[in-house]
Amino acid sequence: MQAYRKFEPLVVVDKTRQTYNVSRRVFVDPEVLAAEQEEIFERCWLYLGHESELPKMGDFVTRRVAGRQIIFSRDAQGKLNALLNACPHRGAMVCRERQGNAKSFQCFYHGWIFALDGACRDIPGADSYPEGFKDKPEARLQSVARFESYRGFAFLCFDPDAVSLETYLGGAKEYIDLVADHSEVGMTIVGGTQEYSIKANWKLLCENSFDGYHAATNHATYLDYLKDRADNLVPIALNGIARDLGNGHAVAEYRAPWGRPVAQWIPAWGEEGKQDLEAIYQRLVERFGVERADRIARTNRNLLIFPNLVINDIMAITVRSFYPVAPDHMLINAWALAPVDENAHRRHDRLTNFLEFLGPGGFATPDDIEALEQCQRGYANNKETCWNNLSKGMAKEVPSYDDEAQMRAYWNEWNRRVVGA
Amino acid sequence: MTRVTRQEVEDFLFMEADLLDEWRLPEWLTLFTEDAHYYVPSTDVAHDAPPDNNLFYVADDRYRLEQRVKRLMKRTAHVEFPHSKTRHLVSNVRIRAESGDDLDVSTAFITYRTNHGTTNVYFGTGYYKLVVTSGGFKIREKRAVLASEGLRDQGRVSIIL
Ligand code: FES
Ligand SMILES: [Fe+2]
Repeated sequence: MQAYRKFEPLVVVDKTRQTYNVSRRVFVDPEVLAAEQEEIFERCWLYLGHESELPKMGDFVTRRVAGRQIIFSRDAQGKLNALLNACPHRGAMVCRERQGNAKSFQCFYHGWIFALDGACRDIPGADSYPEGFKDKPEARLQSVARFESYRGFAFLCFDPDAVSLETYLGGAKEYIDLVADHSEVGMTIVGGTQEYSIKANWKLLCENSFDGYHAATNHATYLDYLKDRADNLVPIALNGIARDLGNGHAVAEYRAPWGRPVAQWIPAWGEEGKQDLEAIYQRLVERFGVERADRIARTNRNLLIFPNLVINDIMAITVRSFYPVAPDHMLINAWALAPVDENAHRRHDRLTNFLEFLGPGGFATPDDIEALEQCQRGYANNKETCWNNLSKGMAKEVPSYDDEAQMRAYWNEWNRRVVGA
Repeated sequence: MTRVTRQEVEDFLFMEADLLDEWRLPEWLTLFTEDAHYYVPSTDVAHDAPPDNNLFYVADDRYRLEQRVKRLMKRTAHVEFPHSKTRHLVSNVRIRAESGDDLDVSTAFITYRTNHGTTNVYFGTGYYKLVVTSGGFKIREKRAVLASEGLRDQGRVSIIL
């Protein structure tokens, strides 16, 4: 692949010395951000939303993806669509609500009306246009070039020539399956979006989302909290691996002492919880056999789908996507994913688990936000201190979940796309 | 019982705000009942949405509220170390409903937070469920409903609103 800009080496690997260094320029330079827009966001498959967000015909949400304004809708045929939210007439945003249900969208400027699949339904003063004009492609709300789903996760791509979503996801499909298989009925996004921001480069959140190395110090208070009540934990050591899944996707996969709503019981969830989780686990065994049931229910996964989708299946499941608005500023949307058929008690435990750790009001994520912002501040010293070190565990055959192999997998792909190495 | 006046409620809420701004969080905690809850809902759900089936920013029961205070008082709560400077402004206090010793109160709040040279503003409506006890008011529920679009400007809600 030929990158359109020329950069000096930004990712420098020395296998003999076992060093893997990333230039801090990549976090501060607007030129790098512009190259990322061209080489990554214009070409990769990007997460738009989850199918469960649009249960009924006529449901829609509007969302920004890689700088575009997108309408994610379920049309009258029940089909999902990704439409560019710009009127074919003179460009106004046609849908200005963040979510809802509608039979059609009417542009408020001159009143053109569109169906939820983008077809133009009506044009005021249609007799001033040629016969049949409203059925022409130029009268439609335009669809995004590519739009495909995998196991309920809907992605779009602005590159018409991109490989299929499944080819793109490659080795990451195995891990999406492990999440989607939590329930045979299906998974759903729980109501309520956490919308926040971090004054730091967006790639720092990619790294942070599956960084197993920082827990002991950065999340000391969260670990204190878990230990404060013996019934919050089961005696299982933090232990696991990291895997490069190809195409820049990577995962940390590990066991941990916290409760998992599917399905690792902790005493705090009581006898009733124990029975519920046992039933969930048994059903997984029936469906998949013991080995896979154990993997689904009892291992944790911090999965990064290149470039910017995080699915962390840990003490709860968070789906998180984020975009740069400047080299030192990103906007984040985070959701909770849960089995459709989860009962009210287990849903409650799940959301409690989620909020204790995750999100901008939790006991852990705010300290991640602080760490990322302090890194960004440190990059003011770039002229003298130029390199991030991502060498941890480089010599290992099987890298541990708390090494940095998962980040190296990400950076290798980033480097291939942006620098063209 | 005698009717509670708005002024009495305001005095209580102003005192609460001062305790927060002075980082006297363990004392602040004593204003709450043993079955208390503290909520900050996400901003794309209804202001009275239930926390059991909606993802909030914060949905603390009494136990987690204690843990939140405990955490915030530690040096290892990195996001609030050094402590940010805050000013909680409480206004537009209205007693919405009264029955027996229970009181529904709403406020308009603006909270400024400064840390590392950046100032953020949290604003919205505070919904309180207060109880009149022999020892004065207690808070049974505090729900801080942000009027902003999520936390796009503030980035986090690491302080108590
Ligand atoms: S811009 Fe939409 S109808 Fe004119
Ligand atoms: Fe973290």
